Amino acid sequence: MSEKPLDLVYLTIPAKPDYVGIARLAVSGIANRMGFSYDDIEDLKLAVSEACTNAVDHAYCGGEGEIEVSCNIFSNRLKIEVIDRGTSFDVQEVEKRTGPIRMERSMNSLRERGLGLYLMKTLMDEVEIKGDNGVIVTMTKFIRKDVVESHVESSTSFHPNR
Amino acid sequence: MNLVIHEKIEKENRIAISVEGEVDVYTAPQLREKLLPLCQGGSQITVNLSKVTYIDSTGLGVLIGAYKAQRATSGKLVLTGMNARLNRLFKITNLNQIMDIEDQAGGGQL
Repeated sequence: MSEKPLDLVYLTIPAKPDYVGIARLAVSGIANRMGFSYDDIEDLKLAVSEACTNAVDHAYCGGEGEIEVSCNIFSNRLKIEVIDRGTSFDVQEVEKRTGPIRMERSMNSLRERGLGLYLMKTLMDEVEIKGDNGVIVTMTKFIRKDVVESHVESSTSFHPNR
Repeated sequence: MNLVIHEKIEKENRIAISVEGEVDVYTAPQLREKLLPLCQGGSQITVNLSKVTYIDSTGLGVLIGAYKAQRATSGKLVLTGMNARLNRLFKITNLNQIMDIEDQAGGGQL
């Protein structure tokens, strides 16, 4: 996977709740220009928000820090990296606890948090999480061909194949 | 990116809440502060989500918290006005299996 992206958009936000919406808005704009469908754009917004929210909640333990969001634009996909330089976590351990709500569980074990990682994995095509010297979440969503065609005509200024 | 919450007390113990805007890590605390204090005394709370333009796991977490609080006090939490996007999220997470969701014709008014 050494293919270089056509374009790169970097965004650095403070690791504070106030700025997660900014990352979401930026990704939404990029995905819209690339020709993603409405539903896929909503999926991308949610996935990037979940990754940023995790960083806001866990990376810097209430202290100051930054989150880097890098959007790698390819002709057929968008690869987003959400990077913090805060506290790493045991990725495998966290992944064991993630998943949809389970009906057989008791009411007390119904979690109010912990759906974020599951949603990211469900809504994106590829998700990789590395916990070393901070956390790097790399996630990719492919542009679905059948949906793209109807969007190409309406796309005015963005030509990923130039 | 702001959140507006309207509250209407219909009858004693029947409360209607209407949520408008984006529910994320920034705005979810507002929703929690409004919703959770109402979850007591066996109240019936209807939350109209028809004007919610975005919600993620932090917002779902608040609704789960309210649902649990209502269950614990024999109250009820009903969600209305869910659009296709919200329905999809609830389906993916299985929340549609446990929470009370009512369809409302015409998008739903408070």
